[in-house]
Amino acid sequence: MRRQFDSPIVILGSRLLSPYIMVFGWYVIFHGHYSPGGGFQGGALLAASILLIRVAGGRRISRLQIQEFATTPLAVIGVVIYFATGLVSIAMGGYFLDYEMLPIPGLDPAWLRYYGILIIEIGIGLAVMAILIMIYDNMVRGEDYA
Amino acid sequence: MKALKILILILFAGVLIYAASDLPYRGDPDNLMHVEESVTNTQVKGNYFVQNAYRDARTPNMVTVVLGDYRSIDTFGEQVVIYTAGLITLLVLRRTRKIKRALK
Repeated sequence: MRRQFDSPIVILGSRLLSPYIMVFGWYVIFHGHYSPGGGFQGGALLAASILLIRVAGGRRISRLQIQEFATTPLAVIGVVIYFATGLVSIAMGGYFLDYEMLPIPGLDPAWLRYYGILIIEIGIGLAVMAILIMIYDNMVRGEDYA
Repeated sequence: MKALKILILILFAGVLIYAASDLPYRGDPDNLMHVEESVTNTQVKGNYFVQNAYRDARTPNMVTVVLGDYRSIDTFGEQVVIYTAGLITLLVLRRTRKIKRALK
């Protein structure tokens, strides 16, 4: 966890797998309108692709990806995307999270609901990814002091 | 004491099996949850979701529409629960230098 694995096979294998898992995570988020999936599942897959590099490569390599201080702001951004969507629809004269009041021009109310669902799924995916990485980082850091 | 525990478990399993024998058959169109109007002459919401999910949100996946549109405040609550869990690991596991000095 803190140090790199000695075997090069582990590092090469995780380097090979990680981008494909990340692409599949984005696919699960964006294709959630047509197939099983959505923000929670896709966010867990994105977190898996990053945690694979963190477990195999140690702390020095994981500094090149999402850094430790960046996870908490990403989680806040994810929650705020969801909440701001609700507040914008209140400000435009609808209910909380009433997507057909979103100010995107040139779309039917039904298509506005389609894109509103997509926006909140992206927010959920971002928050779930950042929080899973945050839990892992805090556990590794708690290991240092124990 | 152990015999009493096993007796209680068997009794509880009997109660559950008796209750499960009274459940309606799966996929029966005459079930109460599949009719359009309930016993009290109000509209059944699940039936509305199945019929109008595509018309309301242009999304073929009904589960996404229910989670993201009809029940979106519930999903917001789930996200806040996960966020709170992350913050609690931050508070419990990440020790700052000040706390370490106080422990010594």
